[in-house]
Order: sequence, then C-alpha cells, then structure tokens
Amino acid sequence: MSDPVLVADRLTRRFGGLTANQDVSLALEQGRLHALLGPNGAGKSTCLNLLSGELAPSAGRILFGGRDITGLDAHRRSRAGIGRSFQRSNIFHRFTVLENCRLAAQARAPRPWRVFNDASRRLDLLQRAHAAIEQVGLIGRADRVAGALSHGEQRQLEIAMVLATDARVLLLDEPLAGMGSDESMQMVELLRKLRATHAILLVEHDMSAVFELADVITVMVDGQVLESGPPEQIRGSAAVRLAYLGHDIGDDAAPDVHAQPRSGVRDG
Amino acid sequence: MSGHAARFGALALCSALLAVPWLGSAFYTELVAKTLVLSIFAMSLDLLVGFSGLVSFGHAAFFGVAAYVLALLTPKFEPASLWIALPASIAAAGLAALVIGFLVLHTRGVYFIMVTLAFAQMIYFVFHDTEIGGGSDGLYVNFKPDASLFGFKPFDLADSVQLYYFIMALALITYAVLTRVLRSSFGRTLMGIRSNEHRMRSLGYPTFRYKLAAFTVAGALAGLAGFLYAVLYGFVTPELMAWHQSGNVLLMVILGGMGNLLGAATGAFAFVGMQEVFSNLTKHWQLPMGVLIVAAVLGLPGGLARLPARIRRAVPGTRDDGERNE
Repeated sequence: MSDPVLVADRLTRRFGGLTANQDVSLALEQGRLHALLGPNGAGKSTCLNLLSGELAPSAGRILFGGRDITGLDAHRRSRAGIGRSFQRSNIFHRFTVLENCRLAAQARAPRPWRVFNDASRRLDLLQRAHAAIEQVGLIGRADRVAGALSHGEQRQLEIAMVLATDARVLLLDEPLAGMGSDESMQMVELLRKLRATHAILLVEHDMSAVFELADVITVMVDGQVLESGPPEQIRGSAAVRLAYLGHDIGDDAAPDVHAQPRSGVRDG
Repeated sequence: MSGHAARFGALALCSALLAVPWLGSAFYTELVAKTLVLSIFAMSLDLLVGFSGLVSFGHAAFFGVAAYVLALLTPKFEPASLWIALPASIAAAGLAALVIGFLVLHTRGVYFIMVTLAFAQMIYFVFHDTEIGGGSDGLYVNFKPDASLFGFKPFDLADSVQLYYFIMALALITYAVLTRVLRSSFGRTLMGIRSNEHRMRSLGYPTFRYKLAAFTVAGALAGLAGFLYAVLYGFVTPELMAWHQSGNVLLMVILGGMGNLLGAATGAFAFVGMQEVFSNLTKHWQLPMGVLIVAAVLGLPGGLARLPARIRRAVPGTRDDGERNE
C-alpha cells in the first residue's frame, strides 16, 4: 500500500439549505480503483465535482500528493494530473476523434504563445492522442467526426480524452452508462488495465462491474459516507443492504434500478 | 475545394485586386480600398465571433480608437510618421481591447453582447461629448502619414494608387497571418473553447486567458483597419465607433459566413456592394438592403462562403467533396 495520491478530508458542500456532501473523506491510491456507490442524489457527482475543482467545498480540504489543492481551479488541477470524465459525453462534437484527443493532449503542454506553429504537426501530441485512441479501442475511428460516433463510442472517446491529458488520477463519472454489453466488457477490461498505472475513482451504477474492479468501495447515502471498505465487506454489510432497499448488492441477476437510460447527447 | 482549384482561385483573386487601379476610375479604386479596409475589420471580428464564439457588439470601438490616434498624432501642417502612427494606433486599440476584454469576458452570451455594446458606447460618448477629438465634428487628418525612414521614402501614401496597394498588401497579410494563427495550437484552443468551453477548462486550459488574448488581437487588428480608414478618408468622427458600425461589421461576418476568414472578407464586399447598388436606386436604400440581408441569412445558413459548395452539390454529376462542417 502506497501513500494516497488524492485525499478528500471531510469535504462538505452546501447548496443553500441543501447539504449535498457532508464530511466526505476518501483516499485514492496509485494502482487501486476506488468505487463510489450510492442511490441517485446521494452526492456522488458533487463529490466528483469537488475533487475535480468544478465546485468549491464549503468546508474541508483536498490534498494531492500531500499538497493542499482546495483552492486550485479546475484547469490547474487538470494540469497537475487530475483528469475527469463526464457522465454525459462532454466532447467536441464537430471535431474528429483525433482532434478531440489532440486538444486534450495539448492541454498539458499548451505553449499558448506559439501562435504560428502548425498544431496538426506536433508529433508528441499526435502520438499521445493516437495512443489514447488505441487504448480505448477506437482505432479506425480517428478521422470520424465525434458527433457522428455511436453513443458507446462517444463514451470511449470521453475516456480517451482524459487519458490523452496524461493524468495520474482518473475521476470517472459513470463510464459504462448507456453502453451495450460488448462495449461494457471492453470498457471494464480497459479500466482493469488502467488500474495498474493510475489512481482511479469510479462512480458507477453497474454493480457487477464495480464489484469486479474495485479495491475499495465507498457507499454514500444522503450526502454522507455510509460505509467504506473492501468489496467483501460492502457486500456483507447490513447497512448498505438497507440503504439499497433490499436489492441484492453485487448480484448480477438483479435488475439495476438505479441505472437510467441517458441520452448523453449534448452539443457544446 | 481541391488544392489546385484553391490556388487558381487565390491567383485570380490577387490578380483582380492588383488590376483594380487600372480598370476603373479613382472612385472605384477608393471604394475597393475602403472595402479591403472593412475586410480587415470583418476578419478581425470573425476571430471572435466565428472562431472563439464571442459575439462582440462593440468592435467598432477599437476601429475608432485607432483612427483617432492617427488624427491626434498628425500635426496640423505636416504628416505624422507612418512608422510611429501605425504601431501607435494598433497598440492603442489593442490596449483598449485588453482592458475592456478583461472586464467583459467575465460575462457570457447575451450579457457579453450587451456589455461590449455598453463599453463601445462609453468610448463613443467620450469622443462625442468632450473636446479630446473635436467633439461630434471630429478631426481632419490633413496629411497622409509619411513613410520616410532615415531619409528614404519607399512609397508615398499621398498617391492614391500607392495607398490602394498599401491597403491591399495589409489586407492580404492580415488574412495570411490569421490563417496561420488559426492553424496553430493557439487557434485550435480557441476553436475548442467555442465548441465546448467547459470541457476545455476541465482538460486544463485557462480559457479566460485565451479569450482575452483573442479579444486583444482582434481589437488590435480592428485598430489596423481603423487606422487605414482614417488614412484613406482623411478625417475621423465619433460615428466611426457608433453602435451601427459595430452592427454593420457583425452583419458582414454573418453575411459572409462565421468561422471563415474569406467569408468575412466576402461579406464586406457584399455589404458595400449592396450599399452602392441600393443607394443609387433609392433614397430608402436601407429598406431593400435589410430585406436582402434577412433573406440571405435565412436562405444561406453558413453565409456566402458556403455558396460554392451548395452550388456544387446542387449541380448533378458533381461530387460532394464532403467539406461539410455544420
């Protein structure tokens, strides 16, 4: 077990009278996949947004590699190595798959004042973009316009963009949402591979995938951490069972009442 | 468009522009020169509207500021040096854009449109209601800037043909530089911001800084256009930065096709052309022109720049070259 890479220390976030997250603590470690479970509205996305910097916490601290990054903007956190993917594909619909990933790769080495270079000839970025495309299994789609991809492919692209930024920490918001079973299997394989080299926080409703991949599972209910521990512990927990209203946790046969069809189409 | 056809088109266009002073009267040479100036103006706005997703309704402010800088730098009985007045005008416009951009870029959408308009109107009233630049009457630029450098005079802007070529060269340079910039990492970043600013920030881009840089560059280039306009016509008035100027240049960009530099220039030519034709026909020329613009915007999404591709697609037997990007 190594030192945690990213630590959430008693994060609280209020929206007016609503407390979306209360004293949420988490620790992400290199080489381990930490899954975040909970019914809809439990505060999982808020937690992710606090970690990625899209929301500022009302109280609590966030440490990255031991450094306090609570006050850092989203773009600075991304540059520091915290990448996130979105629940609804948040891609550049009119750009090709390659250009989507190339832009992502460029974020880490922007060279903003190079106004006369030819962006499409920066080989280092192209290489990184192609590598990310290959990793998620979008080979052969590089020159397609992102908006013309299937829903599942857009989900893959969403992950490829995060990988192209060369992040150490991956915050993944429902990467399997709305995917077909083949695509899901492919994505689970990818996550398994990524786990070795990254610290991952996975928000996901697909229980079988979560119990297959996770090293640690944190269950949230009503903005608070209900229980956190290894999958066996969570599977056997009475409190967690109760929170899920009797639905078997980790039972592949049980229908997933929380998974909702998502259109995932949003033009930017 | 194939590379071959594009090169042929560029050659034809340049030849046509080169030939203008030898074909028509001095009136038409000046009219084309004015249109080229407006092309620079429209291209600079397209950098914001078309490529960065920033609909500025106050772009004339920077055009006007630069024009006034030339007027104020020109002494009463002798010309100003081109090599001082030109950089000073561009720098003043760029600086104004930097300051205003810093304030307005915190807003978005319709608020951005309104706030850019408000700042432009403020600058308009500074020149309209104070004596800095001769109030509402404006100022004369009695002498065209002098191009002499260390006793050597490479060209003479007082000569209308040489002035025409000077403006033409700067329009082509503006086009070339902007084309290059848009292909760079910086340009791609702007287009990413236009497409999905939220994701750009999440990927690690400090988007505000990029937008501010674009706003400043666009302001400086509008300044170049304003400077040339003041040189060409020899006087400046607050009307140069009035809101209908900002509206006109926005119409040129929309008419020509947002996100396409040649489209913006085409829009400028179409706009001036319509103005000429209709104002010769009727005193109420703004009415038919307005109708035509509305028709063009409704009937030609993507603007005049998309017209060749549409025609090609409409003519049976020609190949759709797939340059669709809508």
